[in-house]
This record gives sequence, C-alpha cells and structure tokens, in this order.
Amino acid sequence: MMMNNTLRNQFKFLPGHVIKGKWNKNTYKVIKELGCGANGIVYLAENDRQQLVALKLSDNGISIISEMNILKAFSKVQGSVLGPSFMEADDFVVNGKNMPFYVMEYIKGEGYLPFIQKKGQAWTGVLVLQLLSSLSALHKQGWIFGDLKPDNLIVTLPTYKIRCIDVGGTTLIGRSVKEFTEFFDRGYWGMGSRKADPQYDLFAVAMIMLNSSYPKRFSRKEGGFSQLKEMMEQKKEFTPYKAILEKALTGKYLTAEEMRNDMAHVLGRHSQKKSAPAAQPTGKPAATRQARRAQSKQITRRKPKYAFLETFLLILIVSLLYTLYIYGQLL
Amino acid sequence: MKPGTLRQILLITDGCSNQGEDPAAMAALAREQGITVNVIGVMENDVIDDKGMQEIESIANCGGGVSQIVYSQQLSQTVQMVTRKAMTQTIQGVVNKELQQILGNSVTMEDLPPEKRGEVMEVVDELGETSNLEVLILVDTSASMKLKLPTVKDALLDLSLSMNARLGNNQFSVFVFPGKKNDVEKLLDWTPKLEVLTRVFPKLTTGGITPTGPAITEALDYFNKKRSLRGLLSHDDEQYFEESI
Repeated sequence: MMMNNTLRNQFKFLPGHVIKGKWNKNTYKVIKELGCGANGIVYLAENDRQQLVALKLSDNGISIISEMNILKAFSKVQGSVLGPSFMEADDFVVNGKNMPFYVMEYIKGEGYLPFIQKKGQAWTGVLVLQLLSSLSALHKQGWIFGDLKPDNLIVTLPTYKIRCIDVGGTTLIGRSVKEFTEFFDRGYWGMGSRKADPQYDLFAVAMIMLNSSYPKRFSRKEGGFSQLKEMMEQKKEFTPYKAILEKALTGKYLTAEEMRNDMAHVLGRHSQKKSAPAAQPTGKPAATRQARRAQSKQITRRKPKYAFLETFLLILIVSLLYTLYIYGQLL
Repeated sequence: MKPGTLRQILLITDGCSNQGEDPAAMAALAREQGITVNVIGVMENDVIDDKGMQEIESIANCGGGVSQIVYSQQLSQTVQMVTRKAMTQTIQGVVNKELQQILGNSVTMEDLPPEKRGEVMEVVDELGETSNLEVLILVDTSASMKLKLPTVKDALLDLSLSMNARLGNNQFSVFVFPGKKNDVEKLLDWTPKLEVLTRVFPKLTTGGITPTGPAITEALDYFNKKRSLRGLLSHDDEQYFEESI
C-alpha cells in the first residue's frame, strides 16, 4: 500500500511536542516516533506521571476506533499478556481538526527477527513455545490474533518474554479476518479460508518459523502445500520440527495447546541429544579414569554376591554329603 | 439494526477514458441510486499520468467511494481493503443519519466522546460483517492492461476469499470493457464465488479504446435489472443501504 504521506508530514510531531486530550485533558510529551503503520503513527511519550507510554495517533477515525475496541477487549482477556494494555482514548485537536488517539502500555524490547539473528536459532523454539501458550489463552476466550507476524512481535529485554505490539488484526472466532499480511496468511497460500479459527493463527506461527530461516521471505509461485514443503525441506534446521510444521500448515492441529505440547516434546528431546555428546569431549581423560574406577568398584561390589553364592554352594554340598551319610547310616 | 445489502461497483483501470460519456457523471448517477463506485488504478512499469489520476479520483469522489493507485504486486491487498473501506463508509453514513435523527442535525460519530464512539463503531463493524454485499467488477481490458490481467484475476480471487469469510452473503459479477462486439461485455453473471474466472480470464482479448463512462452506465442498468427481477420474483422486502456521505 502506498503510505499516506500527507498524514506523515502534516502530523509529524517532533520530540517535546505536547499532545493534550480534548475530553480527559491528559497531556503527553512526545519523546520519539516508534513506528508508522497504515493506520497511523505510534509515538513514545511521557504522561504527567512521568511514565513512558505508547501513543497511537491517526487522522482516520474509523480504523483507530476499531483498533481501540479490540485493544480494550484484549485487555479483558485474562491471563493473556500478549498485547499491550489499554490506557485511554481521546482526541487531539490540531488546527480545528479532530485527531483521535489512544494510549497504551509501552513495551520495550527487541524485534523478533533481530533478536533471533543476534541470539541464534536456538531461541526460536523457546519463543514459539511462549507464543503458543499466549495464543492458547486467547483462543479459549473466543478470539484469534489474525495478523501474526515477526514485525508485530517483540521480545522484552530483561525477561525474554514474547509480546505483541499491534493487535489490530484480532478477530472473533467465526468472523472474517480483516487485517493480514500475505506471507503469513493461510488464504494467500491457498491453504484455507480467511474465516477466523485457531488453525489460522497456527498456520501463521509455522510461517513465522519459516520466516526466521528465510529473513527475506519468498513469494508464491505455484502456491499450495508443495511449495511450502519444499522451502521447509531446503533448510536442515527444520528437520526436528518437520512433522509439527506440516501439521500446523495443513491445519491438523485443533488447538494451540496440541502444537505446544509437540513443540515442547521436540525441544526436550533436541536438547537432550545435544547435551549428551557435548559433555564427552570436555571431560574425556576424567571420563576414562572415572570409568576405570567404576570398573574396580563394580568388581568389589560384585564380591558379596559371589560370597553369597560360595556359601550357598558350600552349604548345599555339605548338606548333600550329610544326607548321603545319614542315608548310608539308615541302610 | 437489520443487515441490508451494500451495492458497489469496482472499477479496475490503468488510465484515462477516451470514449463515451464522462465517467464521473455516471458515477454520480450511481451514487444517486445508492450504489458506491470505487476505483483502483493499476501501474506496472508505466505510470498513470496526471489526467488519469484526476479522473480516477473524481470518479470515486462522485461515486461516493474510495480510490487508490497501486503497483500491480499490491493489487490483491488493495482490492479487499478498498472494498471493505467503502463498505464501512457506507454503513457509517447510515449510522450517522440515525445518530442525527436521535441527537440533532449536526452530530456525527466524530463528535461523540471516544467511549461512545467505540460503541457505535462496534455496531458498524457488526454490520460490515453481517450485511450482504453485491459487487459489480468492471475491468479495463484496453491494450495497456494486457500484462496486468493475470494479476487482476488473482486479486479478484483473493477478494472473493476475503469477502466469503464474512457472515453476510456475497454476489459478484464481472464485466470487461471494451468487449468483443460492444463497448462493454458481461463476463460473469451474479455468483457468490469467483473461481470461474480462472477459466474465463486467460481467453480475454484486449482492445484499444477505453469506454469507462459507458461501462459504468451498463453496470447501473445491470444492477437495476437485478433489482426489478428480484422484486418481481420474490417481493422480498430486503432493504438497501441508501448511501449518504
């Protein structure tokens, strides 16, 4: 989509600019621009209690109100910490024009893909596991996330938790998904409808995993499962997840929990396999010494067993001889 | 509020009309009849000139719809976005009218406090999901469009995918201009699914002229025929959203 440049230029606020709400009269001081989407600009701002918040401003009243409604509904979903919490909504009047904005929690962290690139692919599994837990909670409340993609995901820094910064695609199960990104959209790949169901999100999760190995993504050729499968098989890091990815892409997982369990299983096995050979090269001389000691220990440990056998045999022979002697005496 | 039927004409073109009546005037006529006209200008390696841009904008303005100029790669996303945006606009127009009846003449959604606005918006979203939709698609098949037609086909399939995920019913119909014999030719009659296009589209031939005005006129006729036919057959009291923005 062509970016709405008029919005960008007309309402670009420099650091220090104060945004004051028409209804609630709260003031926010702009610190910097965080991002610019199709529906508006997000600023990092400071409220009157010196707290950092994220403030989204738009000249298109419609889409921002829908988003605000979703964010509010999202905040009510218990146990889900995926999205930012909603704070307030208001209007900012500039030159007589109403500009609706809303204020939400500022989530500090690093983008999903840059994080993976910096910290390594090993994090993919863990983060996907976290993501699946959050999705499971959301699905149980009757919603799906819709527009799941790395650009919308943030890894918070001291705690390494995966969070979502744009909840605009969140849709009630059974309704149509309105906001999506082609690469992560089941419909684009011809793998299903755009009706919201848990499988829609799980497809996107699988595509996020593919995206972390193909940072530039790839475009649809013949589409369908065959192309996705081929792309998956070209990267060896997907080998342990092959079955899981296939199931997620073809909509075979009914719940996020199922996928999470399989994922946890593979991760567990994966790390076991990895840690076993890793221990060997570092402690090789120690290991042999230990082994020898263990051997001798085994011999000493075996001794009482032999002693028992010896005693038993001795008693058996003696009693046998004694029986023979008694038998002889009796005759 | 009972879901009604939203009616739209979607014009996909890549330049200026050069034959027949003024398309903007025809779009205004459509608006009068409660039909919204949306226009998408498609570019590939070429650029749409100022005159073409102006025409695209004025057709959408007069037709009460949305216009957008895009490169063909982004066509799929744009087609569904434009359709949805125009739906919301129309519904919002209806809702604003109702609000004015309740709260006084000059009140619109924007004048409500954010909380109330959110509640009204929920109603608008609900209607967008549940109302029925009829889209008549007009595809420019003048010579310069030849290479863009496969992309147009994909975008239309994508549109039917998006719209059919809604709870409301959909009807699509496709016309091309110029046609083989006439200015405008019907390619596909009213149908909820556009998959048939995969077979029909590759056979299309492209022509030289761009009779955009006559195409919109024909589209209007076709809409009216459908309405009167349905009225005759079923006498159903289906309400139409009378557009009012």
